[in-house]
Amino acid sequence: MSDSVAFFSEFRATDLLFLGEAAGRTLLISAVSISAGTVLGIVFGWAISASRFWGVMTIGTILDVFRSVPLIIQLVLFYNFFPIIGLNLDPFASGAVVLSIYTAALVAQVARGGIEAVGQPMRRAARSLGMSYWQDLRYVVWPIGLRAVFPAWVGVALSVVKDSALVSVLGYVELLRASQILITRTQEPFIILAAAGAFYFAISYPLSKYSQKLEERWAS
Amino acid sequence: MIEIKGLHKYFGELHVLKGIDLNVAKGEVLSVIGSSGSGKSTLLYCINGLESIQQGEVIVDGVSVHEKSTDINKLRQNLGMVFQQWNSFPHLTSLENVALAPRIVKGKSKSEALAIAEKQLRHVGLGDKLTNYPSALSGGQQQRLAIARALAMEPEYMLFDEATSALDPELVGEVLETMRMLAEEGMTMICVTHEMGFARDVSDRVAYFHQGIMEEIGPPEQIFGDAHSEHTRKFLANVR
Ligand SMILES: Nc1ncnc2c1ncn2[C@@H]1O[C@H](COP(=O)(O)OP(=O)(O)OP(=O)(O)O)[C@@H](O)[C@H]1O
Ligand SMILES: [Mg+2]
Repeated sequence: MSDSVAFFSEFRATDLLFLGEAAGRTLLISAVSISAGTVLGIVFGWAISASRFWGVMTIGTILDVFRSVPLIIQLVLFYNFFPIIGLNLDPFASGAVVLSIYTAALVAQVARGGIEAVGQPMRRAARSLGMSYWQDLRYVVWPIGLRAVFPAWVGVALSVVKDSALVSVLGYVELLRASQILITRTQEPFIILAAAGAFYFAISYPLSKYSQKLEERWAS
Repeated sequence: MIEIKGLHKYFGELHVLKGIDLNVAKGEVLSVIGSSGSGKSTLLYCINGLESIQQGEVIVDGVSVHEKSTDINKLRQNLGMVFQQWNSFPHLTSLENVALAPRIVKGKSKSEALAIAEKQLRHVGLGDKLTNYPSALSGGQQQRLAIARALAMEPEYMLFDEATSALDPELVGEVLETMRMLAEEGMTMICVTHEMGFARDVSDRVAYFHQGIMEEIGPPEQIFGDAHSEHTRKFLANVR
C-alpha cells in the first residue's frame, strides 16, 4: 500500500516548477529553430526566386521533401542517422537541427512569396533609380515583401512552437515530455495538460500579440 | 547625347528590335509612337540597361551602356525613367519615396535627401502631399510622385514609358502638364506615348515604330501632316 502511495503522488507545487523549466526548454528549442530556420529559409527563398531553373529544381525539391515528410519521422531518422556520420548530438541539438531545417523549408515558401509579391515592375523602377541589386533587395523588396507575408511567417513560427512537442520522442524533456512524466506519476492528466496548454499559450500569445501590433502600425 | 547604333534585341526567338539607329541630342524631346508590341518599351529598357541587347550599341554621353566595364548603376542615375505603372514604394511617404535613392545611391545625408525630395515634390505640384502615403494619392499624383522620384537623382535624360496610359482620363492632363513643364525647362526626353496631342505640341521629333523597325522619324508637322510611310499614315488614321 505504502509503495503505491510513493509511486502515485499528488500534484505538488514543485511540479509546476518542473513544468515551468520544461516550458523554458520548449521556448529555447523553438526560439533557436525559428531563428535559424528563418534566416536559412530567407536565403533559400531568395535563391529559389533568383535562379530560374537550378534553384527551383534543386533547392526547391529538397525543401519539398522536408515539408512533406512528417516531422516525427524526420526527427527519428536524423537522430539515428547523425551518429552514423560521426555526429554525436544530444536530443536538444538533434531536435534543433531537424526543426530548423523543417522551419527553413516552410519559411522558404513564405519568403519566395514575399519576393514575388513585390513584382518585377517595382524592382525595375528601383533599379532605374540607380539602386544596385542588393540595395533593391534591402530597401525595396525586403520591406514591401515583409509586410506582405509577415502574417504567414507568424503562422509558421506559431506552428513550430507547437511542433517542437515532437522533439519529446528523442527524450528531450520539453513541455509535452514533462507533462507525460507528471501524468504517469500523479494520474492527474486534466490538471497537468491544462497547465501545459497554459504554458504553450503563454509562449505563443506575446508573439501573436506583438505581430498584430506591428501589422496595425504598418497598415496606417 | 544618346546614340543608338544598329541595335538588335531578341527575346529568345522573338526579334523585337531589328536594327535601330537613332541619336537624341541634349535638350531634345523625342516622342515614340507605334502600335502595341512594336518594341517601344523594349527600346527604353535597352537604353538604360534594364534589358540586355544582342547586337549593336547604346552610348550615353560617350559611355557604352552594355559594356561589361560600365558602372550601370551610376549611368542610370543620369537616365530617369517613368513607367506606365507608377510603382510608388507603398511603405514610404511621398517624401521618403523621393528621398530614398538620393540617400542610399548618392550617399546624401538624411536632411539633404529630404530637402531634395521636398523641392522635387513641390516642383511637380505635390507640395501639399509630402507626408502622405501613396495609398492616399490618386493615380495622377502617384505618377507625378514617380516623376519627382526620378528627378531627385538629377538626371540629364528622362525616359517616359506611356506615363499616362494607366490613368483615368481625367487624370491624364496633370501628368502631361508636368511632362510639358520639364520639356520647357530643357530636359532631354524620350517619351513613348499614345497621346498624339502631346507628341505633336511638345516634341521636337516624332519616331514611328512598326514591328521592331523605326519606320519614320521627323518633326511633328511632317509626321502628322505628311508622313512618308504607308504604315505611319495608317496608324495615325486609326488613333485619331
Ligand atoms: N520580357 C519579355 N520576354 C519575352 N517577350 C517580351 C518581353 N518583353 C516584351 N516582350 C515582347 O516583345 C515585343 C515588344 O514588346 P514591347 O513591350 O517593347 O512593345 P511596346 O511597343 O511597348 O507595346 P505596348 O504599346 O503594348 O506597350 C512584344 O511582342 C512583347 O510580347
Ligand atoms: Mg510598352
